[in-house]
Amino acid sequence: MKIHVKFDVDSICAKVLEHQLIALGHDYNLGRTGEVELLNQLTEAQQEKLIASFAAEGIFIIDDSTSKLVQRIKDCIAEMICSDTEVRCYTTSTYLSEKLNYSYSHLSNIFSENTLSSIENFVILKKVDYAKRLITEEELSFSEIAYKLKYSSSSHLSAQFKKTTGLTPSTFQHLINKRKEVRLKMGSRT
Amino acid sequence: MTKKILNIALADDDKDDRLLFKKAMDNLNVDTELSLFSDGLQLIDYLRSLDVKLPQVIFLDLNMPEMNGMECLKEIRADRTFDNVAIAIYSTSSSEMDIEATFIHGANVYINKPDSFDKLKQAIAKVVRLNWQYHTSRLDRDNFLLRI
Repeated sequence: MKIHVKFDVDSICAKVLEHQLIALGHDYNLGRTGEVELLNQLTEAQQEKLIASFAAEGIFIIDDSTSKLVQRIKDCIAEMICSDTEVRCYTTSTYLSEKLNYSYSHLSNIFSENTLSSIENFVILKKVDYAKRLITEEELSFSEIAYKLKYSSSSHLSAQFKKTTGLTPSTFQHLINKRKEVRLKMGSRT
Repeated sequence: MTKKILNIALADDDKDDRLLFKKAMDNLNVDTELSLFSDGLQLIDYLRSLDVKLPQVIFLDLNMPEMNGMECLKEIRADRTFDNVAIAIYSTSSSEMDIEATFIHGANVYINKPDSFDKLKQAIAKVVRLNWQYHTSRLDRDNFLLRI
């Protein structure tokens, strides 16, 4: 028998993280994605132990404030794109500067210097990535997907999709479906 | 983020094309280590050798002697060790059938060999930049398809 599973990466990672913190006997609060507040002061030995047992699970502590900020910008953008309603009326710049408490130009400079991409391009990339997921995993029409992703029309979505990937959404869907068939036939992968 | 060295491999039986590719790569302003191969067999041997530093992206010509690009693609995609390696097909063929077949068998990128050096540079830059985003930004690698 063969079954297919889908992962909720965030909740799996949060569970692994909590498991480690409990095993080490620390009191903590989990914040937004990737933020942990430790409630007791750690000795140097405890810190080393924490770093090592995190690393064994593939969890790495970000200590450089620039990459932390870049990561928070990316998280915010993902949140903005994937959330259904409340942030619909914001522009990216207002949303990011209000959420992160920095001017947009500061965020924009930091982002461009560290990621080989501008915030604007990253937003497009992330939107297209989300559209791909909806195309392959949900039974939504292209116009429903366009609405969900705040495009004015499905032709606008289609144009941006084509510009980013070189493929139309329907060609993409066709290729991914065919690829799944081939993999099933080969039987070695899911 | 510290500057990382990017590992790239190219398999192409045409010597001039390999040189042109290398020149374009050198012009990109990214720290890269480029490994060149003249057919698919050599590439596969290299990927399977001990202590190999796996490339982030492999550029594959389709028409090659020994093992052609398509066979090579299938071989690489049948081995889960190489799941995180992006494969860019780099070919003169613009046949829709070729393009479809390579994507279906697990290619991430299809580039029609461009007719100018500038376009070649742009194409490589686009692939390298996009691949970097897939590495660093939790995008879904299964859905990484790009046609240039």
